[in-house]
Amino acid sequence: MSAELSLIGPILAAMLAAATPLLFAALGELVVEKSGVLNLGVEGMMLVGAVCGFAVTVKTGSAPMGLLAAATAGAATAALFGLLTLGLLANQVATGLALTLFGVGLSALIGQAFVGIPLKGLPKLNIPGLTDLPVIGQALFGQDLLVYLAILAVPLVHLFLYRTRAGLVLRAVGENHAAAHALGYKVIRIRFLAVLFGGAMSGLGGAFLSMDYTPMWAENMTAGRGWIALALVVFATWKPLRVMLGAWLFGGVTIAQLHVQGLGVGVPSQLLSMLPYLATVLVLVLISRDVARTRLNAPACLGKLFHPDA
Amino acid sequence: MNRRTMGKTLLGLAGAAAVALSVGTAAAQDKLKVGFVYVGPISDHGYSYQHDQGRLAVEKALGDKVATTYVENVPEGADAERVIEQLAASGNKLIFTTSFGFMNPTLKVAQRYPDVKFEHATGYKRAANVATYSARFYEGRTVVGAIAGKMTKSNVIGYVGSFPIPEVISGINAFTIALREQNPKAEVRVVWVNSWYDPGKEAEAAKALIDQGADVIVQHTDSPAPIQTAQERGLWSVGQSSDMTRFGPKSHLTAIVDDWNGYYIDRVNAVLNGSWKAVDTWGGFKDKMLFLAPYNPAIPADVVALADQIKADIMSGKRHSFQGPVKDQSGKVVIPEGKSATDEQILKMDWYVEGVQGKVPK
Repeated sequence: MSAELSLIGPILAAMLAAATPLLFAALGELVVEKSGVLNLGVEGMMLVGAVCGFAVTVKTGSAPMGLLAAATAGAATAALFGLLTLGLLANQVATGLALTLFGVGLSALIGQAFVGIPLKGLPKLNIPGLTDLPVIGQALFGQDLLVYLAILAVPLVHLFLYRTRAGLVLRAVGENHAAAHALGYKVIRIRFLAVLFGGAMSGLGGAFLSMDYTPMWAENMTAGRGWIALALVVFATWKPLRVMLGAWLFGGVTIAQLHVQGLGVGVPSQLLSMLPYLATVLVLVLISRDVARTRLNAPACLGKLFHPDA
Repeated sequence: MNRRTMGKTLLGLAGAAAVALSVGTAAAQDKLKVGFVYVGPISDHGYSYQHDQGRLAVEKALGDKVATTYVENVPEGADAERVIEQLAASGNKLIFTTSFGFMNPTLKVAQRYPDVKFEHATGYKRAANVATYSARFYEGRTVVGAIAGKMTKSNVIGYVGSFPIPEVISGINAFTIALREQNPKAEVRVVWVNSWYDPGKEAEAAKALIDQGADVIVQHTDSPAPIQTAQERGLWSVGQSSDMTRFGPKSHLTAIVDDWNGYYIDRVNAVLNGSWKAVDTWGGFKDKMLFLAPYNPAIPADVVALADQIKADIMSGKRHSFQGPVKDQSGKVVIPEGKSATDEQILKMDWYVEGVQGKVPK
């Protein structure tokens, strides 16, 4: 058993890394949804962020510039969504789906010149002594810097939403936009800013994949992670801390199933590949049993269009 | 999640049309239109990329006698049928469908277009107008297995598999037989990612295998992500379908490279001169349908000599990848001494040889 036990550390380390793109994207989407907007275009924004981050890093040789470009590109894509849904009152679900399709195509177009170019990943944290600790050393102290940034974002988003005036206003807009408007808050502007934030976070999530996790550009490289991030927000009942736990659970099951296969346990790999999704569905079923509690957390104006004159 | 980039195809058609206009209708009718269907993006620098190199070779070799079109990123399944049908309906007289999962869609469309010739890669169903072709990828796996046997120190080899189909399983087995011939203590661990192309998942699989002690990562998936992972950890890797050296110059031992150029030129020529037949072609090193990417300079000279010898023996027929006695996991002799696996045995292989850990997913 000792061989299996010694795997716990690597599994934990891999789990945190696998959860990172989900965490970025889901936290961004959580803020967007808290403001009352449903943006289903996460996958598309992630891809645009991934390709722009990669391209700028290759061109400038600077990873921080790449990350900035990824966040900016994600936000710019989200701005398009904001203009259509908040400015022109287009249907959010349809626009979000269109944004995903658009992002897939746009990223492939931009990425054409960048396929097949290798890139060096971002630096890893390495604290002599701590990183070499058995079992937890690699997981806690030997990760890529973006992994820590994603985790750091969790308390920050929480504090912003629940401990600042701006967060309170944002939640108020999401709960009852008419009342917030009557109180003189600029509903459209607040929502637009939330949408931009969501885009920037999705862009960073994508950039983590293309610049760090597998440092290359490949069409469709997010492979559905944007959709999982969307599910995670509901899964977490719109709570930042639970988003993190959900992302870890998802990353953990993904990594564990690969290890189980490598150890030669006789379970069909298709079933194992399905497990993370199965876990998501299961939790969704469990939390939706308690309708009252789900309602309590879900922003009441989620997905509803707002027009000041209405 | 897959997406079809018809844009480029349309551009290609428009371009062909423009050329046709400039040389006149008679010339346009003389041109043989050839279509290609790829499962991945041609920019994958792997499997689909190599097929597209073959298409370009056809254009180069036959010039204005042909006009080629391709559709990339075609999902295996119902959508494929529509794409193949569209190519047939738009006047392509020879259509190459280049992935296993296009088998049934190809046959369906072929029934409706008896005057169009189809070629399906890696499949086993043929018809009057459907030929099949594949490369004996397992021959490359034999050479790579011997190299891995010499290079491993931990005696654990990690194998990232796509889908548990005979093509991949026979590759694992050929690899393992050669591996253990050099190093009887070595074992192979397989992780299936159930995808041909998902860089994130392929990297995660490679990481899991490395964490379990593997020091050589072999892949039968198409992205260079496992190479990058091995490079990052300072371990060895073997590329798939095309030369992936630049993704891990220190790690990349070699790669099994598909080469369809000669075959595609031959088959298009066969249609042009009327000698095309719906046959099955299964070529190996000898037929130049695959070759190995340049060896990593870090491989010792005696290992290179060994690899070259094995390759030469396969080409001369002195050696077969599945040369008896071959035992399965339970120790039962499946291929007796003095015999080699028949083509049918290889094409239907659904069992692991001794030395592979775990069970074949059913």
